[in-house]
Amino acid sequence: MTDSTPALEAVGITKVFPGVRALDQVDVKFFAGQVAALMGENGAGKSTLLKILHGDYVPDAGTITLNGKKVTFNAPAAARKAGLRVIAQEPEIAPYVTVAENMYLGRFPTHAGFVSQTEMERDAAVDLERLGFAGLLNPTDIAITLSPAQRQLLEIVRALIDDPQVICFDEPTSSLSDHEIDALFACIRRLRDEGRAIIYVSHRMREVFQIADSVTVLRDGKLVGTREVEGLGEQDIIQMMVGRDLSNMHQREPYEPGDVRLRLENVTTDDVRDISLEVRAHEIVAIAGLVGAGRTELALAIAGDRPVRSGTILVDGKPLVSKTPQDAIERGVGLAPEDRKGSGLVMIRTVRDNIILATLKKITRLGFVSDKKEADIAAAQVERLNIRTPSLRQRVENLSGGNQQKVVLARWLAGDSQVLILDEPTRGVDVGAKAEIYKIVDQLAANGVAVLVISSELPEVLGIADRIVVMQNGHITGELTRAEATEEKILALAMADQLTSATTQPGEKR
Amino acid sequence: MSDPTPTKAPEAPASDSAPVKASSGIMPFLRKIGVENVALVFAIIALAGVIGSQNASFFKPANIAAIGNYVVIMGLLAVVQTVVIIMGGIDISVGSIAGLSSVLAGMIFASSSNWAFSMIVPLAVGAVCGLFNGCVVIFGRITPLIATLATLSSYKGIAQLVSNGRAQGYTGADPVYIFFARGSVLFIPALVWVLIIVAALIHVMLRYTRVGRDIYAVGGNDMAARLSGINVNQRILTVFVLAGVVAAIAGILITARTGSGQPVSGSEGMEMLAVTGAALGGAALRGGKGSIISTIFAVILLGVLMNGMTLLGINPFWQNIAQGALLISAVVIQQLSSGERRVGLPK
Repeated sequence: MTDSTPALEAVGITKVFPGVRALDQVDVKFFAGQVAALMGENGAGKSTLLKILHGDYVPDAGTITLNGKKVTFNAPAAARKAGLRVIAQEPEIAPYVTVAENMYLGRFPTHAGFVSQTEMERDAAVDLERLGFAGLLNPTDIAITLSPAQRQLLEIVRALIDDPQVICFDEPTSSLSDHEIDALFACIRRLRDEGRAIIYVSHRMREVFQIADSVTVLRDGKLVGTREVEGLGEQDIIQMMVGRDLSNMHQREPYEPGDVRLRLENVTTDDVRDISLEVRAHEIVAIAGLVGAGRTELALAIAGDRPVRSGTILVDGKPLVSKTPQDAIERGVGLAPEDRKGSGLVMIRTVRDNIILATLKKITRLGFVSDKKEADIAAAQVERLNIRTPSLRQRVENLSGGNQQKVVLARWLAGDSQVLILDEPTRGVDVGAKAEIYKIVDQLAANGVAVLVISSELPEVLGIADRIVVMQNGHITGELTRAEATEEKILALAMADQLTSATTQPGEKR
Repeated sequence: MSDPTPTKAPEAPASDSAPVKASSGIMPFLRKIGVENVALVFAIIALAGVIGSQNASFFKPANIAAIGNYVVIMGLLAVVQTVVIIMGGIDISVGSIAGLSSVLAGMIFASSSNWAFSMIVPLAVGAVCGLFNGCVVIFGRITPLIATLATLSSYKGIAQLVSNGRAQGYTGADPVYIFFARGSVLFIPALVWVLIIVAALIHVMLRYTRVGRDIYAVGGNDMAARLSGINVNQRILTVFVLAGVVAAIAGILITARTGSGQPVSGSEGMEMLAVTGAALGGAALRGGKGSIISTIFAVILLGVLMNGMTLLGINPFWQNIAQGALLISAVVIQQLSSGERRVGLPK
């Protein structure tokens, strides 16, 4: 079956972003009448590849051929026209119009400029019937009233009306329940049997074995290989996904753990369930897991930004109940958030303003901030963390990613936090700055701080953590000591497939 | 145009923050005063030169004082608008709050003949108006522009309702009101002193107090501010209340100047000048950046421009067009340098 021309072929695709080679000489082929699973860790390059295939990004090198013809897409609309469609993970739905209107957005049937609502609804019913979603979506429903699963299906239906020849599903089942997954899979099989090429991106092993004919694995922007699913085991796929070179990853010496600084007992929030863990003084604990496992939401809950619905957070043995992050900060809990620009730094303010932000209260007398203390504290942190900035008055937006991250860390060091949560501390940071950040984290532990690191990079997790807690789908699936942890074991826990989606509560997020 | 340097020099120490290191060269010096301030001062001088060369009475002390008085009401509102804008908001109801306060001052003075009482009540009402604005924004989840657009209308309506749409009371015989209207201290009109004092206090608040620092942080990134332990909602309420109180001061001064409480005259449309002043002074409409000193320069520039147009006998309707053009150019310059893609509606 592989001797025919592939429906979609990409050769030598390379894409470089500042500081990262997101894709490096990737060759992939997708055949008509086949479902090809595309797998890889976070940051392996799956999304970048999808974006290049459908024209969102222009590759730096490489060619794409569609049914034997070389194509260059400079916008998703062009890819769509050529019969290639990527179904986004997050549905983009116009909320206050009907399902039918959403289905035909941008190509309403018109008569002399007027849209016929009844005709559109009739067409919608026919199309839904044809695609096998007739019982799941009603053309006249207003989109805002749909469940998350229905919205996802609507997004899928919308893509399929065009009759695309190549269809990419990007984690389509993340908000679907079993019943809807069955309908989706039936639809995918039908599309496959009609001779379309399907690309299926998912982290769920079980689904891959259920639906895919072949598996293509990416790692660190490079193609690891493509295998037929027939005769392949879960372990084989995980084996392909991991195996990065760890030799240049420094191994730190753990310290003797002290008292328990942070303890979570059965903490449940809107996003995570039944989380119990503890972090001791002098200890670095990592939370591993795939994007969407609920790690960031847990961090925000500990830091007082999200409400805890049940369970207890204890800091130094005493319960911490936070109405706002202020309460957590007063107890010595600091969070360096994942999204540096969005929620970490005040980009248009200076290095000094940003470092001092969480310490202002301590250096304020009668409402007035002590200029001198402020400058002293900021200067001390800049020196201690080796933040490369021309002056304390430099705006943070002009610093490199690594130095920006150090400014965020400096804020909490200045505040003398005893429990520090670092959410993806090295994201978008170059190699040199990464090593410096690891050193800072290590020093913090040496000084008795309890550090909780959230990271999606397995080598990083293995390199800095004393213990590793793995989360999936809002709860903890396992805990590994430094000695027993391997990339394979972490990934197996992160992708553990316990009847996944049945636990998804409708309407949990906003 | 050859005399700007000596005129500019005295302004330098007045700017702000005095780092000890004295560095030579013109660029560090410029940076310390702020490029915006230098540009504004040059613009004021150039404009004054052009107007003065056409009409010599521009430089007469009486005209300078007239500009000063004209600038005061607008200046008060622009200064407090700067604070709201730094925090990432906007308050276009300030003109209406000023009108309401003016009427209340006039009416209360008419019935009580007590100048102190007739000033305190409008100040309190201004604070309540500001608090209401803040509550609508925070708890109603309505953007400041829409929230204060609504109260702009409502507060004006209240002022017209209580006054029946007419000027109220007569304060022209009270020595305190007369002092504010025509008195002067050290050759500077009392009205101008009010602006100087309010601007100085707000400047100190922004630069040297925790509240001020928090306001910059909230405007720059409210999520980062929250995660750093700043009580964001409380700061927002504080700023809107401050806007209400300063608008009330402006209203009381309108009453003092005209001798009676004015529901709309003298205050209507002032929000426009206030926003223009703040934007022209370089306050970033996205929040996080702005300075009172720059706003004051911008207000002086506006005052000179409006005065000059009157002196030169330009059709007054042109003044509105000029104001609009100034606001657009000030903001466009800001936005163009932000590097945002020009697609769809701006965020």
